[in-house]
Amino acid sequence: MSGMLDRIRDVRVGALATWALLVIAVVLNAILQPTFFSLYSITSNFATFVPLVLVAIAQAIVVVGGGLDLSLGAIVALSSVVAVTVMGGEDGRVGLGFAVAIAVGAVCGLVNGLVVAVVRLQPLIVTFATASIFSGSALVVMPKPGGTVPPVMTGIYRTAVAGVPVSVLAVLVAVCLWLVLRQTRLMRHVYAVGGDPGAAYASLVPVTRTRTLTYVIAGAFSGLAAMALLANSGSGDPFVGADIALNSIAAVVVGGVALRGGRGGAVGAVVGAIVLAMAANIVFFFDVPTTYRQLVNGLVIIGALALSVLSSARRAAR
Amino acid sequence: MTTLALAQGARWKQALTNPIVLASVIAILLVVIGQLVSPGFGSYGQIINLLRVASFLGIIAIGQTIVILAGGEGIDLSVGKVATFAAIIGSRVMDGHDANLALGLLVPLAVAAAIGLVNGLGIVYLRIPPFVMTLGMLGVVQGLILAYTGGVAAGRAAPALTALVNGRLALSIPGVLFVWLLLAIAISLLLHRTRFGWNLYAVGTNRVAAELSGISVNRTVISAYVTSAVFAGLGGMLLLGYTESVFLDLADQYMLPSVAAVVIGGTLISGGIGGYAGSAIGAIVLTVLESLLTTLDIPNASRTIVNGVVLLLLLALYGRQRRLRS
Repeated sequence: MSGMLDRIRDVRVGALATWALLVIAVVLNAILQPTFFSLYSITSNFATFVPLVLVAIAQAIVVVGGGLDLSLGAIVALSSVVAVTVMGGEDGRVGLGFAVAIAVGAVCGLVNGLVVAVVRLQPLIVTFATASIFSGSALVVMPKPGGTVPPVMTGIYRTAVAGVPVSVLAVLVAVCLWLVLRQTRLMRHVYAVGGDPGAAYASLVPVTRTRTLTYVIAGAFSGLAAMALLANSGSGDPFVGADIALNSIAAVVVGGVALRGGRGGAVGAVVGAIVLAMAANIVFFFDVPTTYRQLVNGLVIIGALALSVLSSARRAAR
Repeated sequence: MTTLALAQGARWKQALTNPIVLASVIAILLVVIGQLVSPGFGSYGQIINLLRVASFLGIIAIGQTIVILAGGEGIDLSVGKVATFAAIIGSRVMDGHDANLALGLLVPLAVAAAIGLVNGLGIVYLRIPPFVMTLGMLGVVQGLILAYTGGVAAGRAAPALTALVNGRLALSIPGVLFVWLLLAIAISLLLHRTRFGWNLYAVGTNRVAAELSGISVNRTVISAYVTSAVFAGLGGMLLLGYTESVFLDLADQYMLPSVAAVVIGGTLISGGIGGYAGSAIGAIVLTVLESLLTTLDIPNASRTIVNGVVLLLLLALYGRQRRLRS
């Protein structure tokens, strides 16, 4: 009983550093950008955040299961070019576009999952190799940026429903999806496998299937991220997403998910992604000279990474 | 008779499952395939050229090998950017004059060492996982590059450096291959004949045991990251000699291939087991593969796909991890 209480407290304290970073980021951003809380700012800010937020959720699920996925950026690129090609700019095919993007993502994830879990290779190298397969495929589908996203998609993405921007709704829906997923037996298995695969195996958890499914789910989420990216940019680009995979790993770490697996959750990763995205905003509004912007941004990110790792390390030691 | 045959079979199997042997066989096979498909691919001059291209990846992979051997989930994602940064600093300091060569080599390597030191300190004292620390450092170094250059690459390699890298010293072999060979020998001696090397393997195998037997684990790990950054910087400098002028992303693409070369070379990603000879051959395999796909005139997109597939197949040959059941 007391062990369980500890665990509940653990989870809260673990997220504390992440939430503190979010509060600091929001306060700084609000001070520097007076229009920060206007509907327009929130809409356009979140419109750019959503893809990374979705990929961070995807990455969190894989990392909690003890894996790592460097190919998520390439999956986003592939899903987006396939979806934009299938939709052909017609409003009537948006539903089809979503289905195709998610399916492409899930199939890519299945490839990753099978190679990592069944063939049993190092996830880091496997997903580096598959990233090259997926981004090559994206280039085959669409050799250079182009295509038109159905106007209804880009239109709705920038509007608000009952005063809440659609892009914010997208994040909320994604978080709800995670919260539902969190309740399933599958996610309990994912935590068990990520925490101690040997013990999980001994307790009859289907380790191979669970590991595979984490990559499939991550692929599907990346497919959703591809649709958000399309809605935001208005056209297809096979080169998109080069930084997304590494950024999603940073987001996951800032969100208090241990790279070793078994700890943390996607809510932290979402907050981490938003913190990272806002950090770039803050540096921009701080009037840092252009050439120093990236350096300051890099230092802020490394600081955020260190802070969240340190706070969770102390928790683990206790 | 039967037992002898069996023993011989076992020996063959052992030899073939030795990653270094296997990687060498694959490298040779790739060259043979290249020669069959496009005569001249396996010619002396072409092979020397392939090795020259492989040398940059091979030298950057020296540091990656050491960091991975040190264990503790060791990895250095900043090597590509550090190599680029070193080349950028080097080209500015040298500015095309031999008189600035010494300074132009020392300054970038010192900067690289400083970056590696920060990596090591963060990993050891702040207990930031290597993957995260070096990932963060990747962003910082990219920022440093922009701040230092203002977005414009300038300067030029000293002619002497270019002569060393591209000039044919003997048997029409370019100098950079002699540099690589010397470094490979030096590193193998460092790993197998010095206290640092022994400590590295001990730390990589079991940190607690290493600590208990009086090895300074912290110092060894920090040294590993400093070494990694210095070799990345050196790789960048040699690349500068090869290209003569720099781009802002000169060596960035070496980051993950350097890890792949180490893994193909049979060094365990969990640390403690492996060595540099494998990584060097891994670098050659990756380069020959890339070159073969270019020679086959496969379009860029399909080449990327085939590259990924072959890398997976290579890893599947021996990179497999043990079953949970056993």
